[in-house]
Amino acid sequence: MELAMPARLELFGICKAYPAVVANDDISLSIDAGSIHAILGENGAGKSTLMKIIYGVVASDSGTISWNGEVVKITTPAEARELGIGMVFQHFSLFPALTVLDNLVLSLGANKSRQLIAETALEFANQYGLKIELDRQVYSLSVGEQQRVEILRCLMQNPKLLIMDEPTSVLTIESIRELFVLLRSLAADGCSIVYVSHKLHEVCELCDTATVLRRGRVVASVDPRTETSASLAKHMIGDLVVSVRTASPSTSWDERFGVHNLHRSAAGDFSITLININLNIRGGEILGIAGVAGNGQAELLEALSGEWIAPKSDIITIDSIPVGLAGPASRRTLGLAYIPEERLGHGAVPLMTLAKNALLTGEKSKFINNGLIRFGVVEKFTWSCIEKFGVKSGTPTTEAQSLSGGNLQKFIVGRELLHEPNVIIAAQPTWGLDVGAAIAIRSALLEKRGSGVAILLISEDLDELFEICDSITVISAGRLSPIRPVNETSTEEIGYWMAGHLPQSGEIEPRPTHHDV
Amino acid sequence: MAAIAPLSAALLTVVGGAILFSSLGHNSVDAFRAFFVTPVSDLYGIGELSLKMAPILLCALGLAIGFRGNVWNIGAEGQLIVGAICGGGFALALGKIDGLWVIPAILLTGAIGGMAWASIAAVLRTRFNVNEILVTLMLTYIAGLLLSYLVYGPWRSPTGFNWPVSSDLAASARLPRLIPGTRLNLGIVMSIVFTGCAWLFLARSHLSYRMEVVGLAPRAARYAGFDEHKLVWTSLLIGGAAAGLAGAIEVSGTIGKLREVVSPGYGFAAIIVAYIGRLHPVGIFFASILMALFYVGGEQIKVTLGVPSAITGIFQGMLLFSLLMSDVLINYRLRWYHNRPIATKGNTHAVS
Repeated sequence: MELAMPARLELFGICKAYPAVVANDDISLSIDAGSIHAILGENGAGKSTLMKIIYGVVASDSGTISWNGEVVKITTPAEARELGIGMVFQHFSLFPALTVLDNLVLSLGANKSRQLIAETALEFANQYGLKIELDRQVYSLSVGEQQRVEILRCLMQNPKLLIMDEPTSVLTIESIRELFVLLRSLAADGCSIVYVSHKLHEVCELCDTATVLRRGRVVASVDPRTETSASLAKHMIGDLVVSVRTASPSTSWDERFGVHNLHRSAAGDFSITLININLNIRGGEILGIAGVAGNGQAELLEALSGEWIAPKSDIITIDSIPVGLAGPASRRTLGLAYIPEERLGHGAVPLMTLAKNALLTGEKSKFINNGLIRFGVVEKFTWSCIEKFGVKSGTPTTEAQSLSGGNLQKFIVGRELLHEPNVIIAAQPTWGLDVGAAIAIRSALLEKRGSGVAILLISEDLDELFEICDSITVISAGRLSPIRPVNETSTEEIGYWMAGHLPQSGEIEPRPTHHDV
Repeated sequence: MAAIAPLSAALLTVVGGAILFSSLGHNSVDAFRAFFVTPVSDLYGIGELSLKMAPILLCALGLAIGFRGNVWNIGAEGQLIVGAICGGGFALALGKIDGLWVIPAILLTGAIGGMAWASIAAVLRTRFNVNEILVTLMLTYIAGLLLSYLVYGPWRSPTGFNWPVSSDLAASARLPRLIPGTRLNLGIVMSIVFTGCAWLFLARSHLSYRMEVVGLAPRAARYAGFDEHKLVWTSLLIGGAAAGLAGAIEVSGTIGKLREVVSPGYGFAAIIVAYIGRLHPVGIFFASILMALFYVGGEQIKVTLGVPSAITGIFQGMLLFSLLMSDVLINYRLRWYHNRPIATKGNTHAVS
């Protein structure tokens, strides 16, 4: 370092090996005060481990950390916070049964009154444009809203170095803009930001240095402002990125999945009432539903998957067969596959092996004989899923919770697709995934589309929606916007609708002209 | 790995027992011999051990199946008592009627009685979301009082000198003895067969898999389309059937009549056994031997050393607490903080 001031944080030769894998192999990097430093890498590249070492959650096997020029030993998150390191985790660490304020008080309230914390929280929330209701219970918040609480909690500790692990995965375009403004202003005040992300264009836009990890090693240190998404991606995955191409428009398939006049009253104070939902998806078509988290997606997904039973049978149809009164297993028998947003606990049982998780949705297949499980068949299926979908470090006996998010998602997608569905419902299928995994999953969906499967894609990632969907609609406050073919709309229009400006039904809406998303 | 906690718990219990005996003024070695060795040093003793093992094993297996699915039936004792009432009552009603079907019918009645008792908890849980822990526990006391009422009242033997006992069951209603010179009866065979069935059920059946998913990840179970209510019912009915069967075996095999107390807490001991056995049939099999040894050892030591047989309960308690302690210490590390203000700052990041 030739700078007069020592770097805020420097790592020298950090190594960390787990029994099965070397997560960090001789990692050195330096982060200056006030810089926004990106850590890039595929799932399993060792980013999370490195962050946990900095934050004192995991102890490194060797290597040193220096903080403002002094060598420090960080053995607990509390010590990290004492130094001024804050972290927003990818997996949230909030108590679901408590309110937002309770959660804040629990982490920050040792010497402060509840009232003071509430005031400070609102102050911060206003200052940074984070919309937060302090009295709501965390379980009732959407993933996006929970993340806002996490960010707020971190900011309230006035960190000198803020680690953001995949912070924008669930934010809307507008919130991302606001977050960037916030991060830049924090950086301008001298707070360093470590920005862990898979979203390359964000890194290019926001960060001033980037360290790229691959298989636990530093493979490149670059200035992302002079790089393109493609060149960064090349560093990350080592070979050329193949972009997903939108296949040709679908041909003459019939309607395979239909929703007709679906109404669903809100179950509690914080759930959304669904109002007059109508959709139909033909075979070979991908319909995208865009929307800000917490606008009825969860309620809609429950109704579509059968976790919530409709009052009438013909409200939901699969290949023209009314299934509104059928549960998830019966709908699956008719060819429905569902990839839920939450991987651990919803799409997979965390404590069970991959083989047993393969069995989760395989009731109709050859897995069961006279009520007994045919473990040989299940294991073969699991292997083929692991191999076909590139689930790294997975075997049939691996526990689901020990896989990284991306690999578990590949497994879940693979499991659902291998059952040869007619209709696929995918909720945020590439949430938090690296480029390679996201492309693999989108390609798999497109391939199914090519073979005449009807696909419903619920996502908050507009790039993704515009990349693979044939038509797009927006869900806002429990209502759907008109459905538009993807080439007859724009991110501006969809963004405008996502912000809550749905056109009244029946009205021919003028294209918005005067906004700036 | 799974065996570390149960084995260290057993070891700790032995050490605790040694301290206990010597503080009572007995030579620990003698006391241990009286407790653990003498009772099983002859055929009769082994018969007694197996006799106590059978109901414990049955109840523990039934409970473990439920526990794996997070259905907390802790009222096997009550289900056992109702099984005894139903099986015993049916046998009394049959009187001297003979036939090959008599004993199976008595056992079946007992199992149905246990299921009926457990189904009260199932209805309350699935219809009204009432916690099954409380319901099954409280129903145990109701079952005990019901049995008291019957043996003090309508079913009291006219020839029983006013003791609260029923008439003796007819010979045709008694489980056949297996080995002459012991009291060992067919019950132990049935419980071992049941162990095999439970093993097959837990290891291979899709039903057991579904129950486990409901217990581990209820949302994943809903996603898969498993019917949670049905699985709660199944858990409780299996537990009730096993305990009810144990009750009928006790009455038809060991005791030969109904009396105020038909079980010295087998149903509660079974909870400990299920956990010492790590909810696995093989583990439960061995844990039930240990628990049965506590029972026969307790009786033996009363005779030889004059120690109250309540020692059995103390050993059960020590075993349970040692197990809980071992589990905690295996999963977590104790850390001592001295003058560390950080420790009280209390940011409890539950880091994954």
